Amino acid sequence: MSISRRKFLGWVGAAGLSTVWSGPASAATTKHFEGYPDSLGVLFDNLLCIGCRTCEEACNKVNELPPPEQSFKDLSVLDQKRRTTAKTYTIVNRYNSSKGPMFRKIQCNHCLEPACASACFVSAFKKTKEGAVTYDASVCVGCRYCMIACPFEIPAYEYDKVLEPRIMKCTMCYPRVIKGLLPGCVEICPTEALSFGKRKDLIRMARDRIHRYPDRYVDHIYGEHEMGGTNWLYLSGVPYTEVDMREDLGVTPASELTAGALSSVPMIVGLWPVLLTGIYAINKRSDKIAKHERELAVDQAEKAASEEAAKSKAKEDS
Amino acid sequence: MYENDSTDEKSWITPFNVVAGLIVVIGLVITILRFTGGLATVTNLSDYNPWGIWIGFDLLVGVALAAGGYVTSAAVYIFGMKRYHSAVRPAILTGFLGYALVVLALHYDVGRPWRLPYPFIVQQGTTSVLFEVAACVALYLAVLFIEFSPAAMEWLGIKRARNLVDKLTLLLTILGVVLSTMHQSSLGALFLIAPSKLHPLWYSPFLPIYFFITSIIAGLSMVILESTLSYRYLKHKMDEVYLKEKNDVTLGFGKAASFVLAGYFIIKFFGLSSGNDWRYLGTGYGIWYLVELFGFVALPCVLYAVGVREKNLVLIKWTSVLAVLGIVVNRFNVCLIAFNWHLPSSERYVPHWLEIGISIFIVTLGILAFRFIVTRMPILYTHTDYKDSH
Ligand code: SF4
Ligand code: SF4
Ligand code: SF4
Repeated sequence: MSISRRKFLGWVGAAGLSTVWSGPASAATTKHFEGYPDSLGVLFDNLLCIGCRTCEEACNKVNELPPPEQSFKDLSVLDQKRRTTAKTYTIVNRYNSSKGPMFRKIQCNHCLEPACASACFVSAFKKTKEGAVTYDASVCVGCRYCMIACPFEIPAYEYDKVLEPRIMKCTMCYPRVIKGLLPGCVEICPTEALSFGKRKDLIRMARDRIHRYPDRYVDHIYGEHEMGGTNWLYLSGVPYTEVDMREDLGVTPASELTAGALSSVPMIVGLWPVLLTGIYAINKRSDKIAKHERELAVDQAEKAASEEAAKSKAKEDS
Repeated sequence: MYENDSTDEKSWITPFNVVAGLIVVIGLVITILRFTGGLATVTNLSDYNPWGIWIGFDLLVGVALAAGGYVTSAAVYIFGMKRYHSAVRPAILTGFLGYALVVLALHYDVGRPWRLPYPFIVQQGTTSVLFEVAACVALYLAVLFIEFSPAAMEWLGIKRARNLVDKLTLLLTILGVVLSTMHQSSLGALFLIAPSKLHPLWYSPFLPIYFFITSIIAGLSMVILESTLSYRYLKHKMDEVYLKEKNDVTLGFGKAASFVLAGYFIIKFFGLSSGNDWRYLGTGYGIWYLVELFGFVALPCVLYAVGVREKNLVLIKWTSVLAVLGIVVNRFNVCLIAFNWHLPSSERYVPHWLEIGISIFIVTLGILAFRFIVTRMPILYTHTDYKDSH
């Protein structure tokens, strides 16, 4: 063996480190994506929401979801910390905030660069140019990596289905929207808590509200930059953490989080074989040299022996 | 136990066989439940916790512990450490069975297992780390199968094909190292996408490196452990070469594992400082993190070193158990314990006993397959026809 262990570890380290320190490469990632220019979205304003749950009911109806466990008229469920499930694409929860009870509507945020889409190994999710993130159950394997990936904990799974379990999540009523209809929840909302429109217009509208009522709203449009930005946006009268919305998610889109690791693939594929063959060749050669030297030594020993023998023979002869 | 089961036909009702048989029967029953009732009937998985022990143990731990194949074959065929040659076949066999069982376990976990080839034949999600993992695991399973096949062909007496495969050894070994580097590290990279869910002490941009390096530790330790267990129960199947090299393998691999553990400890420390996560060390998670770092990294590192220095084989063998446990602890931490740490305890995942049942069932299948093959094929000894071929 001619490779010291330290050297070996050095290479191992170098190969591993490349997975982090090789910057983003073309194969794995897209450049930062500002979203499709005219994509649509929804703005939720929690100062206008009255917690009536009719949006939940409308969602249930237009998406033909199974009937709820508790009637939509039952407002007591608002205080449970509910989340989206395979039977409910959207949920309204109530929180006791510093400004009294405050509501939060939860559904898929339709990220500009969705973590779910980046994670799916069959590309079941698609970011449409209209803004909605859609899901194609006909290719889904059911690995549930999208659920691990989604920072907003949105996708749910039909664990009780045997043959055709699907990922379930809000589609921003994509089938309705392309027909020119409003999303079910937006259409039904009795107040102006939900507004539908172009994302850029919604951002302008939200800014405007903050500008007009600076003492009512916190100066932050949730979803403008979170995880690279989302098509569903939020305005709030209290800090978002008070209504259980995470403010520590950062602005890096999910695809960038794994780009470095993915871009090291060509490097490993390209470098390892060359390196390993090289090491093999060196070892082979030193083996050969060792063998050669051994043979040489044996040769010499034999020669010496035979010379010795000849000498002693000559001595005897003389 | 079952030492003499191949010599004495009548005594196959041994405690081992009875227990294994029972596990298999229970496993089959749970299998039926799983595929007739869906995941909900046999698992505690939820919308918050989409991955349980079938991923945390069967996939993550399984793949790491099956790393002995690439580590040993690389050491012998590429780095020229010929004196470990007798360790290659058992390591390749363990690797092959390990990966085969990982793939089997995935059939239980994914919702529609018959679609597992979809990422390759229907639609490629190339932006997904999981795609890379899937591709590499599939290819590597094929490589391991070919690497293992000479043993089967020697047993069956198929000489020509066996010699052909033998000529491919170097190529297969390099392929194995490339594929293993990629997917061992990518299993760690899977979690890079969820910085908001994994505790900062475990989340690190170095996760792929951590996973890759620990796979080497796992591979080395598993070779030691597996040779110990084989010696105990399958000694009669070993030839002089194996028996002669066995202690050398234990010492050499123990030494290597000690070095790699030391390196791993250092880069973990480096990662901790670069992430500036010191403030978490005082919390409950922090203490658990330190337990992992000192109890399952530093301790085996020192014990291996002492064992090698004092040529204390027993110590090295027990240390390999500790190191393997350390891998389990690490993978569980990343995938289950430190994952979703932000959720209230009512939403956290605790495995259903039927999930554990399937995991035990699958490990048992592996042991049975290992025993079946080792008692028949030239794994722990060299086939008489090929004595001089190395
Ligand atoms: S909120 Fe989650 S499910 Fe919705 S698009 Fe974003 S990542 Fe996907
Ligand atoms: S569960 Fe389906 S949609 Fe989600 S990542 Fe897996 S294959 Fe894609
Ligand atoms: S329908 Fe409108 S007001 Fe009623 S809960 Fe939904 S968002 Fe709030």
